[in-house]
Amino acid sequence: MTSTAVPNGTLPVGSGLRAPGRRVRRSSLAGLGLAPFLVYVALFLVAPTIIAIGSGLFAKDGSFTLASFAALGDPVILATFWNSTWLSLLTAVVGALVGALVCYALLGLSPTGFVRTTVDAACGVLAQFGGVMLAFAMIATIGIQGVLTRFLRDALGIDIFADGAWIYALPGLIPAYLYFQVPLMVITFMPAVAALRASWAEANLTLGGTRAGFWLHVGLPVLAPSFLASALLLFANAFSSYATAAALASQGSQIVPLQIRTALTSETLLGRENLAGVLAFGMIVVIGVVMCAYALVQRRAARWQR
Amino acid sequence: MSRAAGDIGPAPVTRWIIGALVGAIFAIPLVSTLLYTLQDADGALTLDHWISLFSAANPSVIKPLTAGLGNSLVLAVVTVVIVIVLLAPTMILVNLRFPGMKAAFEFIALLPISIPAIVVVVGLTPIYLQIGRTLGTGAWTLAFAYGVTVLPFAYRSIQASIDAVDLRTLTEASRSLGANWATVFITVLVPNLRSGLLAASLISIAVVLGEFTIASLLNRQVLQTALVVVGKIDPYASAIFTLLALTFCFLLLLALGFAARGRSRKVRS
Repeated sequence: MTSTAVPNGTLPVGSGLRAPGRRVRRSSLAGLGLAPFLVYVALFLVAPTIIAIGSGLFAKDGSFTLASFAALGDPVILATFWNSTWLSLLTAVVGALVGALVCYALLGLSPTGFVRTTVDAACGVLAQFGGVMLAFAMIATIGIQGVLTRFLRDALGIDIFADGAWIYALPGLIPAYLYFQVPLMVITFMPAVAALRASWAEANLTLGGTRAGFWLHVGLPVLAPSFLASALLLFANAFSSYATAAALASQGSQIVPLQIRTALTSETLLGRENLAGVLAFGMIVVIGVVMCAYALVQRRAARWQR
Repeated sequence: MSRAAGDIGPAPVTRWIIGALVGAIFAIPLVSTLLYTLQDADGALTLDHWISLFSAANPSVIKPLTAGLGNSLVLAVVTVVIVIVLLAPTMILVNLRFPGMKAAFEFIALLPISIPAIVVVVGLTPIYLQIGRTLGTGAWTLAFAYGVTVLPFAYRSIQASIDAVDLRTLTEASRSLGANWATVFITVLVPNLRSGLLAASLISIAVVLGEFTIASLLNRQVLQTALVVVGKIDPYASAIFTLLALTFCFLLLLALGFAARGRSRKVRS
């Protein structure tokens, strides 16, 4: 029972002096201290997840059934999953590329400097706490009466809504999603970029390599797994995001989270029972696959981040 | 530890071009929102929307917002209590007595990142029916769900500060000087971990103030659901509150960032 990571300059005091019997008893007592938290997590994380996934597996009378899962073959549901997938894929790829560009621009600045601290805070707000508020910012900007819409129409004669009010439909989610995807990329990818070592660049130059050669043969290959991992995280983030879409697309259920909203609020959507549970199950499967891929790629990426 | 990465970093011109371009694009929605609240129907600048919102001339707009904000603040406080009273002691216990369980604990703590709130809410509906029967339907009960939502954020902040101090030595030293566990906890561990606890609390507040999914689908009134309701009556009011809330969260995170920056400087010097 010795700590494996005792920092330098400290002395382990007293540990190991107690009688073994006392330690066992104390240990089980201490184990009891873990109970409240575990009960809490079981009640409010594990139970809801199991209920959500399981509710699709049981009929109203409590018997096990796979009948509800026929809903996943419904053309409407398939289309929703497809919409969610391409929206997430598109915003993940664009968000990852733009975010990586920002990370490159921030490379070399002190992580505790003014610029990095401010950018980190701004990214944190947009990526993690925006939700509904980002939708309002979008409406105020490129909504029907948005400032940018009016400016483009009155000053430049461009009507961005010539083809209809796309901002309240699926295409309108793209700019809104990018508005939180790019900052999330900066947050998740920046540590990997900052871990690139100056000594590698020096070694490359000493051996006669060029700056472009460094990026081509060292920088990009080293960063590739981290980039992919961050992009997967962005995909999962977009796929599970609800708030922005709910506030923006007030009508219709073009993506899976909005379809779950409809299923929760109206009992007989498409004449199917337990649709919310089935959709939740489908979402968990997609997110689960993506997060497993993330874990695998991240393990590969971690090799260079020591 | 600042890395002299001048060799691989971009040239200052490149840096500023990228920064200015992306910065400008990302500023557009926020600046537009501000302009939106400052314009009348003809596009002339005016403070009318701000004045009318705060002059209480329009109770149908301001009432849901203040009620929602009030509920959100109560929820923020209760969530912070859950983090400080439930999560932090458990983390200290795991790090001190069950270091072998650290990986498993981290897995649990980061789990909410992988489980979308929209999925959790499907399963929370029956649970909150039960809670409604036993504890009532007070706004604060939602904090149980929010405690899980903030778990990954709070965990990271607290773990970072646990990793920065030698808990074991501190505890053993105080114990051998005769302190009991309560004394160790309150007078030794909490002060040493205060930066992590503060960070966890501030991030939890930001998350709770911005949470919409769970509140909306459980039919609770919080700041974000109020914004959506009010947005349909008076979009200017929603825009103003959006700006205020985003600014508040930004300042919270900025304060956190600069506090951490000050600490790392102190450590280095």
